[in-house]
Amino acid sequence: MGEAIGKLALYFEYPFVRYALIVGVLIALCSSLLGVTLVLKRFSFIGDGLSHVAFGAVAIAAVLGLSNDIILVAPITVLCAILILRTGQNTKIKGDAVIALLSVSALAVGYLLMNIFSASSNLSGDVCTTLFGSTSILTLTTMDVWMCVFMSLIVIAVFVLFYNRIFSVTFDESFAMATGIKAARYNLLIAVITALVIVLAMNLVGTLLTSALIIFPALSAMRVFKSFKSVLICSAVYSVVCSALGIIISILFGTPVGSTIVAVEIIFFLLFWLMGFLKEAGK
Amino acid sequence: MALVSIKDTALGYEGRAIVENLNFQVNSGDYLCIVGENGSGKTTLMKTLLGLIPPLDGKIIYGNGLKRCEIGYLPQQTEVQKDFPASVCEIVLSGCLNRCGSRPFYKSEEKAMAEKNMERLGISKLSRRCYRELSGGQQQRVLLARALCATQKLLLLDEPAAGLDPKATKDMYDTIEKLNKHDGITVIMISHDIAQAAKYASHILHIATNPLFFGAASDYPKSDIGRAYKGSFGGES
Repeated sequence: MGEAIGKLALYFEYPFVRYALIVGVLIALCSSLLGVTLVLKRFSFIGDGLSHVAFGAVAIAAVLGLSNDIILVAPITVLCAILILRTGQNTKIKGDAVIALLSVSALAVGYLLMNIFSASSNLSGDVCTTLFGSTSILTLTTMDVWMCVFMSLIVIAVFVLFYNRIFSVTFDESFAMATGIKAARYNLLIAVITALVIVLAMNLVGTLLTSALIIFPALSAMRVFKSFKSVLICSAVYSVVCSALGIIISILFGTPVGSTIVAVEIIFFLLFWLMGFLKEAGK
Repeated sequence: MALVSIKDTALGYEGRAIVENLNFQVNSGDYLCIVGENGSGKTTLMKTLLGLIPPLDGKIIYGNGLKRCEIGYLPQQTEVQKDFPASVCEIVLSGCLNRCGSRPFYKSEEKAMAEKNMERLGISKLSRRCYRELSGGQQQRVLLARALCATQKLLLLDEPAAGLDPKATKDMYDTIEKLNKHDGITVIMISHDIAQAAKYASHILHIATNPLFFGAASDYPKSDIGRAYKGSFGGES
C-alpha cells in the first residue's frame, strides 16, 4: 500500500498526470449531471449516437491534418445533436431511426476515410485510440485543460441556474409548456450541451465509451435515491469518485484509462444495485 | 365577461382540422365537462386552450385578467413519470414556476404555497415520499396540487380519473367538486365517463368534427346525442 502511494506521489510530480486527473474529474462531473436528465427523458441513445458522430468527425479532422481537431469535431457534433432533436420531436420511432442512421453512417464513413487517406503507419492503433481513448488523456496540453475547465463551468452554471426549469421540463414537458416554459428551447440547450460534453469526454474514454459516463452515474443513483436533487448530487459524486479511481488505477497498473474507468463504474453500479435491492427488501 | 370564450374555432394539427365551428364560453365558477369519442379532439382542444398548439381558425379569448400561463393543468400521466425519482414536494413546487419569471430559484412564499396546496389535498404527510412509490390516486393528487400552485382561477383536467380504482375515482371527483363549489375554481375537464360528467358538471360539451352539444348539464340527457348515450346514465332515462 505504502509503495503504491509512493509511486502515485512520484507520478503526480508530472504535470500531465495532474492535468489528466483534473480534466477527468471535470468531465465526469458534467456528464453525470447531464446523464440524469438524458436517462429520465429517454434520451440515452442520443448520447450514444452523438459519440459515434464525433468519431466520424475526428476521422475527417485527421484526414484534413488538423492539429486541434476540436474546432471541427465540436460544431459537427452540435449540428447533429440539433438535427436529431428536430426530427425526433415529431414521432418517436423516426427519431430512433435517425439516431441509428447517423451513428452507423458516421462510424462507417469515419473508418473508411481513415483507411483511405491516413498517412499513419499504425492505422488500427489510431482507430483504437479514437474509439477507446487509450492515451489521449495523458497527452493533454494546457490549452486543452483550460478549455475543459471553461466548458465545465458553463455546464455547471447552466445546471444551477436552470435547475428548477430543467426539472420541470424533464418531469412533465406538457405541464412545463402550459406554465409558459419554452420546453423546446430547453431541449435544444440540453442537446447542445450534451454534444459539447461528449466531445470533451471523448478525450477521456474514447468515443465508444462516452455513453458509459452519461448513463452509469444516473442509473446507479436512481437505484438508491428517491428525489431529483439527491439523485443529481449522488450521481455527480459517484461519477467523480469512479473516474478519479479509474484514472489512479490506470496510472498505477498501466491499464487503458477509458476502459478502467468504465470497469470501475460497472463495479459500483452493481454495488448500488445491491444496495437498492437490500433497501427495498428491508422495508 | 366570460373567463374563456371560443368563437368559430377550428382545431387540429398541421392544417388538418379535427374539430370545426367550435363555439362555447366558460364563465367563472363553471364546471365544464368535455366528452366525445376517442380521437374526437378532446385533448387537441385542451392543448389549444393551453396555447401549446395554435387554433387553425378563429379565436380564443381569455377574460377576467386570466393569463394563459396561469392555467392549472393536470395532464395524463406519461411513461417517463412512472419511474421518475422525484419527491412529492419537488413536484408540487414545480407548479409555482410560472410565478418565478426570470428568477432562477423559488422564494419562501412559493414554498409556503406548495405546502398549503399539499394540505388542501391531504397529501402533506407524503411530502418527502418518492412519487413513483405512491398509488395511482395519490399520484393524481400530487399532480392536482401542482396544478393548483399554477392557478387561482382555472383548472384544466385531462381524464383525472384514468386508471384509478372506483374508490379513488370517487375521491378524485369529490375533491374536484369541492375545489369548484367551495373554492370557486373554474374547472374544465375531459372525461370518458358520461354518467359522472352529467352528475358533477354544470355544463357539458360533446365534441366531434362538428360539435354536437354545448349547454347545461341538466339539458344534456334530453338532447339527441344525450339520448343516444342514455345507456351510460345508469338506469335513468
